[in-house]
Amino acid sequence: MTRPTGEPSSDAPHLFLTRRRLLFAGRRGVVASTLSSVVLVGALVAVFFLAPGGAAVRHFFFNPQDMWQSFVGDPAKGLSSVGRGLITNVWMFLLCEVLILLFGLGVAWTRLSQSPVLLPFRVLATIYTDVFRGIPFLLVIFMVGFGIPALGLHVISTQSPAVYGCVALTITYTAYVAEVFRAGIFSVHSGQLLAARSLGLTHAATMRRVILPQAVRTVIPPLLNDFISLQKDTALVSLLGVVEVVRAAGIYGSTEFNYSGYTVASLLFLALTVPMTRFTDRLIARDRARRLVGVS
Amino acid sequence: MSEVILEMRDVHKRFGDHEVLRGVSLALHRHEVVCLIGASGSGKSTLLRCANLLETVDGGDVTLFGQSLLDARIDPDLVRRHIGLVFQSFNLFPHLSVIDNILLGPVHALKRPHDEVRAEALALLERIGLADRAEEYPDRLSGGQQQRVAIVRSLAMQPALLLLDEVTSALDPTLVGEVLDLLRDLARAGTTMLIATHEMNFARDVAHQVAFLDQGVLVECGEPAQFFGAPREAATRAFLERVR
Repeated sequence: MTRPTGEPSSDAPHLFLTRRRLLFAGRRGVVASTLSSVVLVGALVAVFFLAPGGAAVRHFFFNPQDMWQSFVGDPAKGLSSVGRGLITNVWMFLLCEVLILLFGLGVAWTRLSQSPVLLPFRVLATIYTDVFRGIPFLLVIFMVGFGIPALGLHVISTQSPAVYGCVALTITYTAYVAEVFRAGIFSVHSGQLLAARSLGLTHAATMRRVILPQAVRTVIPPLLNDFISLQKDTALVSLLGVVEVVRAAGIYGSTEFNYSGYTVASLLFLALTVPMTRFTDRLIARDRARRLVGVS
Repeated sequence: MSEVILEMRDVHKRFGDHEVLRGVSLALHRHEVVCLIGASGSGKSTLLRCANLLETVDGGDVTLFGQSLLDARIDPDLVRRHIGLVFQSFNLFPHLSVIDNILLGPVHALKRPHDEVRAEALALLERIGLADRAEEYPDRLSGGQQQRVAIVRSLAMQPALLLLDEVTSALDPTLVGEVLDLLRDLARAGTTMLIATHEMNFARDVAHQVAFLDQGVLVECGEPAQFFGAPREAATRAFLERVR
């Protein structure tokens, strides 16, 4: 018994989209997404332009002339350049990232060490990570930035605010990064540890040659995440009077009564963090793809 | 019989309330192959791990060349350099190439010169027909190839004895043969081995002694012909009946 193709048999299960989902099937899906994007963006722009204070906001925050003026600065009027300020943020986070990686690894290593001699350091490392992940960064900045100079110590108390800012950033972020490293070390399969120790490698050699190289690989995406937030937190160092992006924008704002400098500062931070977030996402996707292939 | 290399006397091991080993005694002589059989959970792996101090022993004694390994002055790292252990799941180091997997122990534990060990390692790879894969990473190899590399990694340490923990259990049936063939070669060359296995035919062919472990007790130990032909204990007969 033959049936013409394309004609369902009487007992065939229902396999078709509902009428509502049929609206967005195929090419019509593209039309639908374009339409919804236009409507959403249009609504946002409309709010911006039609709001009662819209004109004032545009003038105070998005004035192109003020944005440019704050970006380049004007020494004659005592205006610091927001663009120049960014250089301060960049060297601060570059320096801090190096220090944080070194100290973070050191703290993680100490917490996982086995030597009885290191017991007090293990306890200290644990207290340290608990405490500095628990205190808001804002408070750490005040404690370091105003506390250490107040001690009146030789050299230690006479550094520039930028140095104290870096110290505060390093102290706080090292605590986070140490935990990221520790999690990465735990994520390495226990069979690796057993295999290395069975070869007669010492604990230290096992960590260095077998566990850490594998841990670092898994830890790179979360590490970059922490660095993205570190880049933003360099802005808080302005509280100590360091003239960086945000401080420069603040000076412009209070002198010219226009906050477009803050908009410039935001755009500059985005210019730094967006490439980093995109890069991190790509790494995560690549890592995921590799895992899905079934490399155990 | 030749010199005793490893001896376990009345070994007890407990994990919490569960006693995994309940007084196991076993001796391994030079050039001898002992196959350890028993159901999963009977304590085979634990016994092997107690022998190279990956697990601490709760009672009894383990001696290597007549020295008690439970002596507080014993350095476990030195002990393990004389005892090779091969795992069911290979545990090759995925971030290192095949050759670097093999070199890691001799170079970084034994501190032997890299070039000298490299030549030996390549000779070992030649022997198992994988010399051309030396620079590849383990995930590019088949399971059977990975396990053979893992065995060679242990051999490169020139251990006094080799412990093998169900080394074919994680393998595709078509790949089991190549690993067992390598073990047969090693046995013929006089390698001292303690092999936990489910491969009865292999045990019958290769072992000098077969030991049956049941719920942490070493029920019976004997030469393969007697062990498989006329087992003395009822528990052994029941086990052999089940796996046949």
